[in-house]
Amino acid sequence: MIINHPLLGPRDAQEFSYLGDARLIERPDPAAPDAAQQFFDYLYLRENPAGSHRELWYHEQGDRSWLVVTRNTLTHEITEVELARNVALARGGRN
Amino acid sequence: MNQTNRLQGGLVDRTKPLNFTFDGKALRGYAGDTLASALLANGVRLMGRSFKYHRPRGPLTAGSEEPNALVELRSGGQREPNTRATTAELFDGLEAQSQNRWPSLKRDALAINDVMSNFLAAGFYYKTFMWPKAFWEKLYEPVIRNAAGLGRLSMQPDPDSYDKGFLHCDLLVIGAGPAGLAAALTAARAGAQVVLADEDYVLGGRLIAERMELNDAPAGEWLAATLAELQAMPNLRLMPRSTVVGAFDHGIYGIVERVSDHLSVPVEGKPRQILWRTYARRAVLCTGAIERPIAFERNDRPGIMLAGALRAYANRWGVAVHRRAAIFTNNDDGHRSAADLAAKGVGVCAVIDTRADAPRSELYEVIAGAEVIDTHGRLGLENISVRLANGRTRRIDCGALGVSGGWNPNVSLLCHQNGRPAWNGDIAAFGPGEKIPPGLRVAGAALGQFSTAAALVSGAEAAQVALADLGTAAHLPELPRAEDAPVRIAPHWYVRHGKGRAWLDQQNDVTVKDVKLAHREGFRSVELLKRYTTLGMATDQGKTANMGALAIMAELAGKTIPETGTTVFRPPYTPVAMGVLAGRARGKAFRPTRLTPSHAWAEQNGAVFVETGNWLRAQWFARQSETHWRQSVDREVLAVRASVGVCDVTTLGKIDVQGTDAAEFLNRVYCNGFAKLAVGRTRYGLMLREDGIAKDDGTAARLAQDHFVVTTTTANAVSVFRHMEFARQCLWPELDVQLISTTEAWAQYAVAGPNARNLLRKIVDPVFDISNEGFPFMACGRVTVCGGLRARLFRISFSGELAYEIAVPTRYGDALMRELMQAGEEYGVTPYGTEALGVLRIEKGHAAGNELNGQTTAAMLGMGRLVSTVKDSIGAVLSRREGLSDEDGLRLVGLQPVSAADRIVSGAHLINLDSETSAKCDQGWVSSAAHSPHLGCSIALAFLRGGASRIGEIIRVVSPLEGTDFDARIVSPHFIDPEGGRLRA
Amino acid sequence: MRYSGFRILKEGLTGHKGWRPAWREPEPQAAYDYLIIGGGGHGLATAFYLASVFSKARIAVLEKGWLGGGNIGRNTTIIRSNYMLDGNEPFYEFSMKLWEGLEQELNYNAMVSQRGILNLSHSDAQRDAFRRRGNAMLMNGADAELLSREQVRKMAPFLDFDNARFPINGGLLQRRGGTVRHDAVAWGYARAADKRGVDIIQNCKVTGFRMNGGTITGVETTRGYIAAGKVGCAVAGNSSRLMAMAGMRLPIESHVLQAFVTEALKPVVPGVITFGAGHFYVSQSDKGGLVFGGDLDGYNSYAQRGNLPTVEDVAEGGMALMPIIGRARLLRMWGGIMDMSMDGSPIIDRTPIDGLYFNGGWCYGGFKATPASGYAFAHLLATDTPHTTAGAYRLDRFLTGRMIDEKGMGAQPNLH
Repeated sequence: MIINHPLLGPRDAQEFSYLGDARLIERPDPAAPDAAQQFFDYLYLRENPAGSHRELWYHEQGDRSWLVVTRNTLTHEITEVELARNVALARGGRN
Repeated sequence: MNQTNRLQGGLVDRTKPLNFTFDGKALRGYAGDTLASALLANGVRLMGRSFKYHRPRGPLTAGSEEPNALVELRSGGQREPNTRATTAELFDGLEAQSQNRWPSLKRDALAINDVMSNFLAAGFYYKTFMWPKAFWEKLYEPVIRNAAGLGRLSMQPDPDSYDKGFLHCDLLVIGAGPAGLAAALTAARAGAQVVLADEDYVLGGRLIAERMELNDAPAGEWLAATLAELQAMPNLRLMPRSTVVGAFDHGIYGIVERVSDHLSVPVEGKPRQILWRTYARRAVLCTGAIERPIAFERNDRPGIMLAGALRAYANRWGVAVHRRAAIFTNNDDGHRSAADLAAKGVGVCAVIDTRADAPRSELYEVIAGAEVIDTHGRLGLENISVRLANGRTRRIDCGALGVSGGWNPNVSLLCHQNGRPAWNGDIAAFGPGEKIPPGLRVAGAALGQFSTAAALVSGAEAAQVALADLGTAAHLPELPRAEDAPVRIAPHWYVRHGKGRAWLDQQNDVTVKDVKLAHREGFRSVELLKRYTTLGMATDQGKTANMGALAIMAELAGKTIPETGTTVFRPPYTPVAMGVLAGRARGKAFRPTRLTPSHAWAEQNGAVFVETGNWLRAQWFARQSETHWRQSVDREVLAVRASVGVCDVTTLGKIDVQGTDAAEFLNRVYCNGFAKLAVGRTRYGLMLREDGIAKDDGTAARLAQDHFVVTTTTANAVSVFRHMEFARQCLWPELDVQLISTTEAWAQYAVAGPNARNLLRKIVDPVFDISNEGFPFMACGRVTVCGGLRARLFRISFSGELAYEIAVPTRYGDALMRELMQAGEEYGVTPYGTEALGVLRIEKGHAAGNELNGQTTAAMLGMGRLVSTVKDSIGAVLSRREGLSDEDGLRLVGLQPVSAADRIVSGAHLINLDSETSAKCDQGWVSSAAHSPHLGCSIALAFLRGGASRIGEIIRVVSPLEGTDFDARIVSPHFIDPEGGRLRA
Repeated sequence: MRYSGFRILKEGLTGHKGWRPAWREPEPQAAYDYLIIGGGGHGLATAFYLASVFSKARIAVLEKGWLGGGNIGRNTTIIRSNYMLDGNEPFYEFSMKLWEGLEQELNYNAMVSQRGILNLSHSDAQRDAFRRRGNAMLMNGADAELLSREQVRKMAPFLDFDNARFPINGGLLQRRGGTVRHDAVAWGYARAADKRGVDIIQNCKVTGFRMNGGTITGVETTRGYIAAGKVGCAVAGNSSRLMAMAGMRLPIESHVLQAFVTEALKPVVPGVITFGAGHFYVSQSDKGGLVFGGDLDGYNSYAQRGNLPTVEDVAEGGMALMPIIGRARLLRMWGGIMDMSMDGSPIIDRTPIDGLYFNGGWCYGGFKATPASGYAFAHLLATDTPHTTAGAYRLDRFLTGRMIDEKGMGAQPNLH
């Protein structure tokens, strides 16, 4: 596969390591009264769709960017690649 | 016998005769021959035996779709089993042996299977060999295994080398036949970067196998001119002997180039083969079509082959498979074969055409509305029986029979991304389906465009459209005039006749009867048919076999062929040597080797090295007098405890953490607090995963308000850095913090032992106060050493002794090691390796990799109180789950054998004195064990139910694997200096 | 019809006219007591044990495609019970014992071949972990042997002992491990279940669950609504998709695992060998092909195919371990979709919906579990209590923190 890195252009997916569901960006509030349940949901009940999937890839053998890649799990087609940091910043203090 | 069947003409070089042997017999062919064409030229039709019935077989084809003519090529470590004689390029001195036969190809004992075939029908083995139970493994299976298999591996390491490379292009053209050449010409003239790959060693595809005219001249003239033009273009890479084996995601293709397989030995410095990972923005599939047979009884004798192969042998290689040939066809292309053979002077004794309205010819007899119903000849075809239109049978003498059941578009690569071929009624074959790899277009015969004129046009147009996608305008080249005959075919899959077997999959011996049996037993889906009968699972993936079997299954099930469906072809297109997929990554080069800065010094000083991930580390330093590793390790340990030792700890991960929020960042990453760590101080840190399990440990040293140096374990250096980058970029992007790995930038040595400070005083420049007061336990700071070299000094200890770690830029690492050794001479400074390091830390009760195994919590490690409850950190919330915080759960303890003679081994389990040795009674396990020279006995760290509350008890240490079972005392894991006085000395 | 050598002789002499279909092709009934979704190994085994051991009737298996077309048809055929943790080892050893009597029980030769599985170690730490595991195996009544380097060399002299980047220092051997002809397992269970009255309905895709106040009443399928007393789901690879129809999210990701086979060769490898310093394991089929695999591609996928980097990685492992295979040729490669759970261990449990039961999360280890999984799932369906060996495979274990994590990789499915 080829990932079109927002800063570096197309790179072979072999340079990246994979984490999974991009919702892992959305770490729950540890102070919430139901934090245990929220963390369980967050860590274990990840999106696993057959189709479009937003997922985290890390450019380990490159510039160390974490990326949010939107990829179809049935066809492997990639439709969008974003810097995860920008995605996280755009959530804006919802931590 | 001297090429008795060689005809005039062909693309062989008669000025270059080549000697070769087959089963030890010396023969001669010409440059340009394949092994098969050379054997056929010498009148050899028998080349192999089938898989199951050991039927005598000759080639069915003249290409890579060959199921029968498989041989062992070469000898010694270069022996290559299952090599297709039909594609193996002849070279001088080639050695080939027949395979899967004993004692000889002509007399094969296992041909008995053929006699027994009534009892060996599809799937027979699922129904028997079950009684008595033990006999399957002891008797039946070994017999079956020895009988099965095709060729033999040499059982020696492959002596040749392989390489990998990367190619990038605008357009990859797969196949250099008429369509591919037209596509390449179109794209290359437009200036695109083009790769043109073909599996053959001569480019041209069917153009070189046919007696064909382009622009009213022999096709070879246009072909030569076109290849010359392509060759001269700098933007086109012409790749003969290069098979596109797989179509992967996003336009990545695997190409295997056979660099040296046509040579007796590779040219010095050249690999045998290269795997090219090819990034193609667009691709055109021009892989042509593959002829398919018609099944009839005993249709597998040597001499019976596809009609197009018969004519390819005549046209391309100037070889008559036999001087008397017949053709059996259901389509017009069979007549072309007959005409070509006749033109080459081969006696065409008959063309048997299943169609009543078969075309007539003056060159040969046409028997219309007839079928071949049987054949004769033990090791090669002698004659055939033909059922005439009037129902009578006629026997015809011939040594070659060309069979044509039509042509199937060669769509293998289109299946590689879950595509299924679709039925094309016009050509009575499966062609490209709707779902094909993105960026790939199909042209020529692969698309069902079977005439040369149509193939040329479709190739050029496909390239034009592909380039238009990329924004490049390409003009269609002027294409030569070529034959444009329509396809006329009347599908005819098999001949209904008597009780004999009619082969579909020749290699795996799947016959029409087997398909009928599968249908009768309910294996009706094409996938079940394939699995039950092994149809299409041979080395050719059933390229010539599947179609007929599917058609028969459709007929039996009363369905149409498209309703019945087809199986898919899997990558690779043709089988690929394991060696080329691995490239150079074998032996010592399997993975990179990382050397520590003191490696050269260590090598000179008797170090024995050990693999630690990709690092090589000194395990111990053997002295001449030492005959056992324990002597070296004990000496090193005692030297550290008694005076001073030095150990290269560069391999520990080092991460620079900088920024105004650096402390806050570490505070969230480590489970213990870091916000208030003073500048110039170091702290042990335990990192949890978000699931609350311990991830890694290390130290963080605060060199400045906004600057920390974090260390990780050697094993987790990469994953911890990744984890911290995740936290920085994804969880807390608002923090002002930057990370960089400096593992390779700093050489770092542990200097440990009571004389550590004395030694360092001779190294660290005197302006720096490293006294106990000025630089106490857990201090850190920037210093200079050896008269001005910048360095970092940390007063941290893994061994439990007064200890420091000192770091200098990596390029000075070797020099510092030598300085330390020289300066330490007066203290008897001792280099120590990873073994002694391990013993020292076990004596001190420090957790390491065996304890931090991804299954242990802070509580289990005895550090439960480290997990701060007043702040958030990764893993804090989930570490409180009940399953992770059981009070009576496993806890780290020390063990010491009751009898000093006993030796505890890591991986032993713990059982109470009065319990049986069973899983139910398991109390825990030993994670680390060592001989402690300090205590003079074996010691261990273990995880034990109830843990510290049981200190003082006796428990059994059992290792049923080794049959050991003895008593040990449960003790504190801190075997030495539990109060930590030595650290602070 | 009973299969036997005698029957083969008889049919061989009479033109094979007497063979009958191995299973019926029934139309779905309006209602069943037990509906098993998934006509793969686990689903078919579940139906078989429900009928044979628990004497249940009115059972149907619904298969969206062709029988055995999921992971039972695309795995590397290995059986073993070499686990370390309490939650796992008794279950896999139970499975091994069922394998050992399977063929006689099913009257079908699935070619259970206990030629041994050898895990190689390359470091002291690895050997320590093997010792812990091997001892746990022995203490659970399984077999295990810790081999020295020399013993390994004697067993498998063709491995790279002289020039290896990561030298072999020993191995953990389970002699009762081995391989089974995978398709035959599906066919054997299907035939035996069919004989006991189970309706195996192919080409019948479940499109939804029908529920009434938190209780399941039946399933919608492409062949109409089918009412059911209890519904068991055994569709590993597609668990998330199916259970989403019941409104459930699972601690599972779907990943692709590639597998490979070479051209047939005369015997090379005696049993199963796994490389401890790279991603490669290998056995040899009775037909002669070297059957091998390595690691997951690593990204979520339902595509049943993988990519080149993993192919190369696996081949590198193969060549590093046994450079004699350089001139063996890779014949075919394919991909299966794995239910990768968050701790690498499976789930066999009830769900919050009454009457709906779940079996999945098998990671890449589902094949060897087939008999025990079917047995334990049938036990759960029939009795509403977990089988004694499968009690730890709870759906809520991630909430309670009682994970069964053999590899210690945590909630990172692609590392298990």
